[in-house]
Amino acid sequence: MAEEILLFGAWGSPFSRRVEMALKLKGIEYKYIEEDITNKSPSLLKYNPVHKKIPVLVHNGKPVAESLVILEYIDETWKDSPILSKDPYERANARFWAKFIDEKCLSAIFKACWGEEKEHEKAVEEASELLQFLENELKEKRYFGGETVGLLDIAANIIGYWLGVFEEASGAELLTREKFPKLCNWANEFVSVSAIKENLPPRDKLIAYLRNRFGVGTTSK
Amino acid sequence: MAKNDVKVLGAWPSPYVMRPRIALNIKSVNYEFLEETFGSKSELLLQSNLVHKKIPVLIHGDKPICESMIIVEYIDEVWTSGPSILPSDPYDRAIQRFWAAYVDEKWFAAMKGLRSAQGEERKAFLDQVIEGLALLEEAFGKCSKGKAFFGRDRIGLLDIAFGSFLAWLKVTEKVNGVKLLDEAKTPGLVKWAERFCADAAVKSVMPETEKLLEFSKFLAAKMKGAPPPKN
Repeated sequence: MAEEILLFGAWGSPFSRRVEMALKLKGIEYKYIEEDITNKSPSLLKYNPVHKKIPVLVHNGKPVAESLVILEYIDETWKDSPILSKDPYERANARFWAKFIDEKCLSAIFKACWGEEKEHEKAVEEASELLQFLENELKEKRYFGGETVGLLDIAANIIGYWLGVFEEASGAELLTREKFPKLCNWANEFVSVSAIKENLPPRDKLIAYLRNRFGVGTTSK
Repeated sequence: MAKNDVKVLGAWPSPYVMRPRIALNIKSVNYEFLEETFGSKSELLLQSNLVHKKIPVLIHGDKPICESMIIVEYIDEVWTSGPSILPSDPYDRAIQRFWAAYVDEKWFAAMKGLRSAQGEERKAFLDQVIEGLALLEEAFGKCSKGKAFFGRDRIGLLDIAFGSFLAWLKVTEKVNGVKLLDEAKTPGLVKWAERFCADAAVKSVMPETEKLLEFSKFLAAKMKGAPPPKN
């Protein structure tokens, strides 16, 4: 049976790019549909009526939503180039940190870049504490997944690429080499992997979009 | 496995703590339940969950695992001789995980909002809770395919995720004087809730509504800074 794989995404979204990264790592062909999130298509609303959000993966007509749920679905369906360990404890660990990134890191990073000026120092401190956890988790590994890119690396795409872009767009300074040498090394390794590199939104376009949407940031010079 | 190889750090009122306990019961795994004192965090908890300092924590041997649904999946993956908590088909697994995330991130968030809100805000949260239950009723129909649970013949991931909130749901109904699970609007869920609460894996860890109601009054008073009500 011919496989049909559709991905509804948005060019600048780290969440939809995660799905593309996983598909590319596994060599899976798919059809990409760019959504204008200010004008959502009837298809998107049909496939994700609960959240009405991207990304949505539609595999042979069946939709899967929520990026981390989609990543696990992809790993379980296409077993080549696994992105999760077979060991239950390592799997739990990867899932824990992925959830940590989504629930805590993104909003803290955002506040540090575009939050209120009087809260700026505190916001940077909070974001730094969170990044420190990830720095410690990395230890001496090349990737969070060990020798190869795994689910947590993909989930950490926000840290690996988008964070740098947020910093440039807003003037905030968070991921410095002196404070986070391991994370910085990891970020360089991460964006060098071809399946990742091919799936990063263009830097200048993203900066322009962010500045347009959120302003020039608390610390812009 | 020896009982003290598996520990759960938790507290009886917490729906999140119920989840790993139900999972361990499904797998017939003996564990030691270490109850945290309300208002303080033990040294063991602080060491085992550096990031969030929250319950539940599963301690397996010397390894801590945190975040209730992550713990449930871990339990399912480690104790493979017991009944499966997740279905085997990847798409069915994705649906269970999707709705479990919805219950935590959207539905229970609205339930929590309801607890402290007033006036218009309260009505808005109530509407969200009820809308959510309508969605879950529909999801129940699709997932159960006419069987007893979201997991079909047996309690599964989504049953655990959603069912663990039933005691708080009953408390919310009493405190707000509303019916949330309703024979007319959510008939599937009403029957499912009865079956879930009666299940052997759940019964021993589901708090009694009255006891939880008293606890919730104590909690509300504490949050307002008043002395707790005397029984």
